[in-house]
Parts: sequence; structure tokens; C-alpha cells
Amino acid sequence: MTEPVGTGRALPPLELETIHAFGPTRAYAAGARTDTGVEPDKRVKTHCCFCGQQCGLELKVKDNTVVGIEPWYEFPFNRGMLCPKGVKRYLQQAHPDRLLHAYERDSKSPGGFRPLGYEAAIRRVAESIERIQREHGRDAFAILSGASLTTEKTYLMGKFAHMCLRTANIDYNGRLCMVSAGAGNKKAFGVDRAANPWSDILGAEVIFITGANVAECAPITTNYVWQAREHGAKVIVVDPRITPLARTCDLFLPIKPGRDTALFNGILQFMIEKDWLDHEFIERYTVGFDAVAAEVRPWTLRRTAEVTGIAEKSIQRAAELWGQAKTSFLMHARGIEHHTHGVQNVLGAINLVLASGRIGRPNCGYATITGQANGQGGREHGQKCDQLPGGRDLANPEHRAYVAGVWGIDPNQLPQPGVDAYEIMRKAHAGEIKGLLSLCFNPVVSLPDNNFVRAALEKLEFFVAIDFFLSETARYAHVVLPGSLQEEDEGTVTQVEGRIIRIRQAVTPPAEARADWRIIQDIARALGREQGFTFESPEQMFGELRVASKGGVIDYSGVTYERIEKNFGVFWPCPSETPEGVPAPGPQGTVRLFEPGSWNSVAKGAGPFYFPDGKARFVATPHRGPAEDVDAEYPIILTSGRVVSQFLSGNQTRRIGPLVDNFPEPKVEMHPRLAARLGIADGDWTTVESRRGTCTLRAAVVQTIRPDTIFIAYHWGGRKSVNQLTISAQDPISKIPEFKVCAVRVRKAEAAPDYAGQLEPQQ
Amino acid sequence: MPVPERFEFFIDASRCIGCQSCVQACAECDTHKGQSMIQLDYLDRQHSTQTLPVVCMHCDSPTCAEVCPADAIKRTEDGVVQTARKPRCIACNNCVLACPFGVPKMNTRMNLMMKCDMCYDRTSVGLKPMCASVCPSQALAFGTREEMARLRPRAKPVNSFVFGAQLIRTKVNVMVPDDARKEVVDVTAAMFEPAIGHDVLDDVFEGGDA
Repeated sequence: MTEPVGTGRALPPLELETIHAFGPTRAYAAGARTDTGVEPDKRVKTHCCFCGQQCGLELKVKDNTVVGIEPWYEFPFNRGMLCPKGVKRYLQQAHPDRLLHAYERDSKSPGGFRPLGYEAAIRRVAESIERIQREHGRDAFAILSGASLTTEKTYLMGKFAHMCLRTANIDYNGRLCMVSAGAGNKKAFGVDRAANPWSDILGAEVIFITGANVAECAPITTNYVWQAREHGAKVIVVDPRITPLARTCDLFLPIKPGRDTALFNGILQFMIEKDWLDHEFIERYTVGFDAVAAEVRPWTLRRTAEVTGIAEKSIQRAAELWGQAKTSFLMHARGIEHHTHGVQNVLGAINLVLASGRIGRPNCGYATITGQANGQGGREHGQKCDQLPGGRDLANPEHRAYVAGVWGIDPNQLPQPGVDAYEIMRKAHAGEIKGLLSLCFNPVVSLPDNNFVRAALEKLEFFVAIDFFLSETARYAHVVLPGSLQEEDEGTVTQVEGRIIRIRQAVTPPAEARADWRIIQDIARALGREQGFTFESPEQMFGELRVASKGGVIDYSGVTYERIEKNFGVFWPCPSETPEGVPAPGPQGTVRLFEPGSWNSVAKGAGPFYFPDGKARFVATPHRGPAEDVDAEYPIILTSGRVVSQFLSGNQTRRIGPLVDNFPEPKVEMHPRLAARLGIADGDWTTVESRRGTCTLRAAVVQTIRPDTIFIAYHWGGRKSVNQLTISAQDPISKIPEFKVCAVRVRKAEAAPDYAGQLEPQQ
Repeated sequence: MPVPERFEFFIDASRCIGCQSCVQACAECDTHKGQSMIQLDYLDRQHSTQTLPVVCMHCDSPTCAEVCPADAIKRTEDGVVQTARKPRCIACNNCVLACPFGVPKMNTRMNLMMKCDMCYDRTSVGLKPMCASVCPSQALAFGTREEMARLRPRAKPVNSFVFGAQLIRTKVNVMVPDDARKEVVDVTAAMFEPAIGHDVLDDVFEGGDA
């Protein structure tokens, strides 16, 4: 257990001077962006920079400024549809807060930083890396990267860590996002990708959505669900809150946070009792069913209801609908994955899919909904702490040998697997890691128990952040390098369906800012280790990535920019060559996984799943509760999540005026019965305390949440950050933190918080 | 070029997820950039996440135009009711007060009534309006009647509304459940029902107290 409140963890500083100098400030359309009749110089077909749906859109460009958007009606995934973030994303470009130069920390300068020439900054970074690694060992310098970057950049970051710095310690912010789903999918299917294209949602008889606020976090998916329902689909939603999608679903299961495996086990047990199983599929295509059947046997409806807080009749109804459907689609997201048993939850959900036999066929689907822009591609090619390109393992001698061959180095030069993102923070706090480079990661807002994270960053001897805006995390950097926005670079990302798509450059980076991959290569050059870091374009990096991924599970070798553009994307695996007698994937690659009779590089024809015997794995999922359950002292469950108008740590969306106005500040969402007991009315300042921190926000009293649970959205920093309260307990396998459950106490605040009169909503 | 007759506008509030994408996209329309003509509200947030987007219904006999003392509001031959004409509008607010759907807004800075014109600059050249293009739940949709019948077999479009003694026919349709067998939506009769149409049953959370 972590230290209780009051043991020296002060409230985050207000940082008013830094905010004054670097924002976040709100940008609104003005000038050419509001003038009518402006004829753009060009319209660039690309994708949204925000979530994993990666909706296609056109950016309208005038004089190197993005002046607006136009729907891209032909792109098949979203056909012009966009959420408010996609509509207003263009306002992040040409923004007054944009970092135009490098900076170094200087307490005497306004906001704590003074401008620094780019070359001098690169030299200082290289010298610091060199010194720290020489004095403290190579692993004392760590890298944090991100899954909103293009796949080319994520590939380069992995290569930079493993080949240039030769540090074991690189990890990425997908550690907060996709890793439970990834680990669960690899254990059950041998491969980590949505099994189906979204078109398979249409025509499914039952749609099972668990732990996913689809309407707010993956808005475009809503139309797929509604469209299936128009043709008779029954929609089941499992959530502690009546989300906008749950409002009209056919069956709502109001689960107590942290009890998901119990629910899946209970549903499976009822299916077994009624013999609603696909015996032929289980026999022919899976192993491990008997052990799972034994595990779920004690999960009667009554026991499941007691543990999950869901009525028996509702659990039974879910089992009836799921058990007897002929076609179906099950999808989940962070709601079941952000747990100390996140991988178990994912496996419990997959067990329901495998028992039904409904996978690998049209309208029979399963997927996790990726969170970040490149939540899929960003977890594939070597920026995870234990990974090499192509989904290869850093601990596997054959995999090391192959990738070392591509990179032209000795396999022994590659480090062994390092530690996860949170462990990097712990090691920084403990003084083992002395230096850090971060790109596309804002841990001061996004990691749990973030007062600890701030303390860890303060202990670093040297911290360099690459960013386009001065994020809350970059405020702790010694050197800040001005990086690039998504619309300032070429590349690819892989969206929620496993479809590789093209990101197009619309404008050039301003002033001294430059493409992130150029900055990384400049550092390699300054270190005198430029071999392998002399790419001249993202397409050239993609070319090497194709080779590095060849033969791996995540095989991109047959994918080219031209093929992506011609086919509205290509789904991996897409090998450049297949053995004799095995047909090559079609122009769009492998659109649907696990089709009967399909070939893959692991099973080699033995079966459709990615294991040597070609069979999927049932994995028993014993139920475990959350790491920190409620007690007399902290009697209320806190869960966290997103709102539709903000994205992740808000470093971009909190600078876009119309999005801030949509939902200006976080609120403590609570049920009227709980509010009445606490004497709190809608709009009251409310103090929430956990063993790790304190946060005072306004209450939103709504009947759409469990009365034993409060909800706070996590997009804000400083004293408004819910992650002051959350717990850093992690899943033992995936290392995802338990953002979705911890114990808190709640009371009406004596007065408005200090920040109320001093900060704007987004700050 | 007029808006092609076969394309119609459909609103299905049951699909709305309150994301405000329509409101944001409306302000991207080239004729009124930076200003949204759509109102989207929670009906009763304490009890439900139900939201409702309000766009101009484009009445056959627009009340706004009928009450305009300056004859500033024109309905084009293809049935689209336009923003008030700048040289004529006297900013008297009659239209704002009279519209049964609450659509026109007074732009006090410009002394001009502004309202949704169904993205006339887009729809008159064969494009969809911005709001119906982007709407991620397709609560706002633009297409042919045949398309809608194929895509949404469980609902049907209604474009007649009763406000007391006034019967209003509109160019824009609302989707109502097929089994409701309604040809006309009686707005006055619904005024005294709960805002979200029914009481929310709290018993989904029964026993869920801390």
C-alpha cells in the first residue's frame, strides 16, 4: 500500500508563470479561418490526429495554414462522419502556444525557460546522454515514446533505443492503453489485432459492448452499432454508467467496477448449463475448454449477481442472448482493461467468443477498440519494452538475430528487455534511471498517482522532452526540442480494424520546429552514431520496417504507400511472398483474421489461429477483485475515463477553444442518492480524497451512474487531475495501471479551491 | 442549382449521443464561418443522457417569414428557408419569438437574424449539409427517402406537427418508430410529459449503494 495523504505530498504547484508563457490557451477560428470565400491552395486527404478510429478527412490549406476541414466522403470507414474533435482538430495548427524553438530550463526567464539554438540544444542532449550512460551505465538513460506517432516514428524510436543508445529502458504510453488487450489476444489467439473489419458489425444479431463508452471515445462506431440495430441486432452494454450508447440499448448490465471476470464466468457457466456451445468449433479449433469449464462451474447466477452487483435476471438474459445468437460482435475497451486483472478480463471476454464459435466469419467478430491514433501500429514495431519490429520478442534469440541482421549489428549488441513506463518512473524516483527522453507522452497528467510521477521527474539529472506544445510533463524538462504535429509529416498509422492507412503532410513545421524523426536522427548524429539513422523520408523508414517485420506475426512486407493509397488502406498481415500453394492476401491484405482454412506464418496451415497447432486457447480466468477495495475509511469507488470533446492528457484538445467550451472542466459525477447522503448538490465544490491525493472539483449529480461509484474524466492536469487520486497498482502481465477502480472518500468542500480564481478552465 | 428534390433531411433523436459534432461542424460552413446555427441540449441531464439537436425544419409556410414585418425571410423554390436578407432585416426579433421550433437566432453584432439554411451553398451543388455529413450516429442524416427506408426499416419519416391549432408541414423529417403509427407529431400534447419522454427507472442501480 502506498503512503497515506499527509505524508509530504503537497498539492501540485499552480505554475502560473509557466502557463502565462506557454499556455494552454484556447484558440478559436479567426482570420482566413473565418473569412468566407477563401479558396484553399490545396485539400489534403488524410486522417484525424486523435483516436484510434482514424477517420478520413480533408484538411484545407491556405498559405501553409490549415484553415478548415472538409468531410472525405469516399473513405470507407467513416464516409465523412467526424466527431467534434475531428471537426476542430485543425485549430491545433498555427496555434499561439506552439513551440517554435528549442528551450532550456532557466529559472530567471519568463515561464522558467529560455530559447536555445537548435544545434546547441541537440549538442547538449547528446552530451548529457553520453555522460549519463558513461557514468551510470547504458540503462540509466530511458526513453518514453507514444502511440499517437506514425508507425515509422515508433519504429525509429525502438531502433534508436535498442541500437543507438543500447538502453533496455524504452516503453510507450500504450502501456496505459492497449497492453491488456494485446497480452490477452496473444495468449488466446497468438496475435494482437482486431479480428474483424468494422463492416462485420453490420448484420450481427447480438452486439456485446463491455467497458467501452463507444459514443464518447469511439464516436464513429456508434453508427455501426445503430445500423446493426436497425436490422434487428440486440445491443448489450456492460458499464457502471448509463453512457449515451447504453441509454437505448436492449440490455444494460450496471456492473460494479472491477468485477468483470465474475460476469464473464457467470455468463459462460449459464451457457454451459444450457449447452449453448459450438461443440464442433471448440473441438476442432480450440484447446483448454475443460479447464475453463471447471473454473466457471461455481459461478452460478446468484453468486455472479452478488459479486457484480447486476440483477440475476439481467445476467441470465445476457447469457440467453449471447448463447443463442447465430452471429455476433463483441467489443471492449479500457473499461475492462484498466485493471490489475485486465488481461484476465480480456481472456474472460474471449472465452465467451470462443465458446460461441462465432469468430473468423462474416458478421461474427471480436475486437478491442484502440484508444490512441496509432494504438495498433504503435504497439507493433519495437517501442514496447520487450519488443522488436514485426511483433517480435526482444528475449527471443532467433528474433534478435533476424532484426540485428536487418540493422547490420551483432545480436549481442541488442539489450535485453527493459521495464514498463511506470517502472521507469519508479526507477527514476529510486535514482537508478538518471536521464530521460520523452516524445508524445504526458505522464504528469496521464499516469496514475501522478504526484509520485512529478517527484520522480524532479530527481532526473537530465530530461529532454520533444513536443509541439509545452505539456505539463515538458515543464519538468531541462531541454525542450520543438517537434512536429501530425499534419506536418508523412507516414502511416494502423487504425482500429488493423488497417494501415496514410497520414499526409499538409503544412511544414514552423520556425525551428522539425519532424520528430529528424530530431532523433540529429541526436544520433551528435552522438557520433549515425549509422542506421540516415533516413531521408518516412517512406524510406517504412521500406526498412517492411523488411524488419518480414516473417514476423505482424508482417508488413507486402505493404507499400502506393498499395495503401489505392485500396483505402491495407490490413496486416500482408506478406510480400507466401509459400507455394498458399494464395497471397488480396489487394487489401488480410481483412478478416481466423477464417477457416486460412494460412498464417505461425500455424503454417495447421489451423486458423496463430499457434503451431493452429488452435485458439481457452484460458481459465479466476476472479480477483481490485487492488484497493473500498473500506470504512475510503468507502466509495472512483472510476475514470474520457469525455467526447477532449482527448487523452489534453495537451492538444485543451488548446482548442470550441472543444474546451464543450466540456470546460472535470466534474465529480455522482448519483443523487449518494449526493443526498453527502449533502452535496449539483454544482457544489466537492473534495475527493484517496490514500494518494486530494482533488476538489464541482459535482454533477446525475442518475446515470451507480450509487456506490463516482466518475471523473482524466484530461486535465495539476490540481484538476483525477490521477492525483488513482492507484499505480498494475496488472502483473500487461503492466497496465488500475485506472478504473480505487477507493476514495467524498465530502462537500468548505470553499472553492485556490485554482478557481486563478486558472482558466483548460489550465 | 436548387437542392435536388430527391434528397431530404432526416432527424432521429433516438440516435443522438450529444457529441456536439453537428454544432461544431455548422460553424465550419462557408457562409457563416465561426457561428453555429444548431442548438443541441440535454433534455434533462440529471435523469438521462438524452440530447436533441435542433436544426431548421424548413416549414412549407414558415411562421418566421409570415411574422416578418420587413419581408426579409425568403423561402427558395426548392423549399429552403433562408437567413434574413441583410438589407431588409430590422432585427425586431419577431421571427425569433414566433418560430414554433425555436430556430432563428438574432446576431446582435450584425443586427441580423441568422438561421440554418440547410447548408444551401453545399446542398445546392449536390453535397450533404455539414451537420448531416459529420454526425457520427447519423441522428442527422441527408439522403433519399428510398435510402432511408432501406437503412431504417423500423422507423418512418413524419413531417407534420401540431402546435395547438396550428398544423405545420416541414421539408425536414423526424424519424418516429414504425409501430407508433403517427402521421402527425402533436407537440402541444407532449408538453406536459417528462422532458425525456418517460420516467427513468432507477432500479437498474438497486442495491448498488456504497
